[in-house]
Amino acid sequence: MSVPALVEEYSSDNPLVQGYEWLMNPMHWQGPEGIPLRALEHLGYTALTLSIAVAIAVPIGLYVGHTGRGRVVVISLAGVLRALPTLGMLTLFVLLAGLGLMPPIWALVLLAVPPILAGTYAGISAVSKDTVDAARSMGMTEPQILFRVEVPNGLPVILGGFRAGVLQVVATVAVVAYINLGGLGRFLIDGLSVSDYGRVLGGAVVIAALAICLDIVLAGIQRLAVSPGLKAPRRQRGDSPTGRETITAGVQGGNS
Amino acid sequence: MAWLVANFSEVLSLAGLHLYQSVVPLLISVLIAVPLAQLARMNKTLRGLLLSAGSILYTVPSLALFVILPVILGTRILDMANVMVALVIYAVALLLRSTLDALESVDDGIRQAAVAMGYKPFMRFLTVDLPLSVPVLFAGLRVVSVSNISLVSVGALLGIGSLGSLFTDGLKRDFVTEIVIGIIGTLLLALLMDAFLVLAQRLLTPWLRNDGGLTKATAESNSDDEPAVVSA
Repeated sequence: MSVPALVEEYSSDNPLVQGYEWLMNPMHWQGPEGIPLRALEHLGYTALTLSIAVAIAVPIGLYVGHTGRGRVVVISLAGVLRALPTLGMLTLFVLLAGLGLMPPIWALVLLAVPPILAGTYAGISAVSKDTVDAARSMGMTEPQILFRVEVPNGLPVILGGFRAGVLQVVATVAVVAYINLGGLGRFLIDGLSVSDYGRVLGGAVVIAALAICLDIVLAGIQRLAVSPGLKAPRRQRGDSPTGRETITAGVQGGNS
Repeated sequence: MAWLVANFSEVLSLAGLHLYQSVVPLLISVLIAVPLAQLARMNKTLRGLLLSAGSILYTVPSLALFVILPVILGTRILDMANVMVALVIYAVALLLRSTLDALESVDDGIRQAAVAMGYKPFMRFLTVDLPLSVPVLFAGLRVVSVSNISLVSVGALLGIGSLGSLFTDGLKRDFVTEIVIGIIGTLLLALLMDAFLVLAQRLLTPWLRNDGGLTKATAESNSDDEPAVVSA
């Protein structure tokens, strides 16, 4: 077991070259502080955050979207949550609840809830009233209408909101390294504190690559999960501004 | 409370820095996004290209972008410009889509009427298309303004001054009050900017004021039943 040197040796002062050398150094691709394990940690925090956020946001979104009750409350709550600075919540939770895994995760949950909630709500309520009434007149019960008609029809928007939430969380998990947690953010925070810009730059590239890959995977899932019946008419409408696109634009709040 | 009173001028100057770092990118991004969106409207290939470029750039995490930019721009790592350029990139990526929606929300009949009245393309864009797309455009701007204000604080991790500095400092000193004041200050800034944008929108669209308020008018110009979310 060799311990990685505290300060790296580079052949050049140029940070780009340093970043390249850092990435190419096999030392950084193994062990408990290597890139693969850090990436797994990063994805682990993301998954944990998202499962909690989905468990909170999706039922509320389904309820509000289906019944139309509490619309104003949910929308303004999502707006306020979105304006909360995640770094501030992170530091606040850590000071109040101590170090450890859960305080930062709760701060991230606050970040992930608004896009998922808004996406679910918007997806459900954007389903045409005629479709819902037709389902009701055919004798479907309310839960059947929700899960067999509204959810499949609203799925593109719901998944759009989920995708925006995932992106925000993946980006912001980099910040939790500031509070003694692992993940790929460690490379940035540690690198900055010892002025090792090769590590900082290499780590930043790895985070960006991870986020882009994840987004591509999610886009693929979105394509597979959406019912084929929804795809054809969308293409026909083509260049007219569909409500769906506008909704996704609104659902995607900030990136962190 | 006592801490706030004692350090009021410091908090105020951090808030000023915070506002500066979020407002300037917002203005620049509008100046970039509106012409780009108009170009994208006129050319299908360019439209696809710009939208996918925007969504890829939007994917790059902010902390990563904050540290990559100095290398690309040749600025120092502590330079405020890094944060601001990063915010311009995010804002343009977000605004491009909503500006496209905004420009497309303008009724084609109105466009044709303007052409028939002899408007040249450029003047028609400036005096007909752009003003009429203001409601949808501002819905996008409000989303971007909130996200900008929340993002600026991340710059504090690199040592760039903003209300975010209160978070990092509060954590170091184990001092909850400072963090809470930072959070409240950030929320106030976001609220202030939002109120300002709503006001600006009202001033820019005097023709919408008499028929039942802004939200209804936005809904009508948007053709579909959605804007409640955009204004969230």
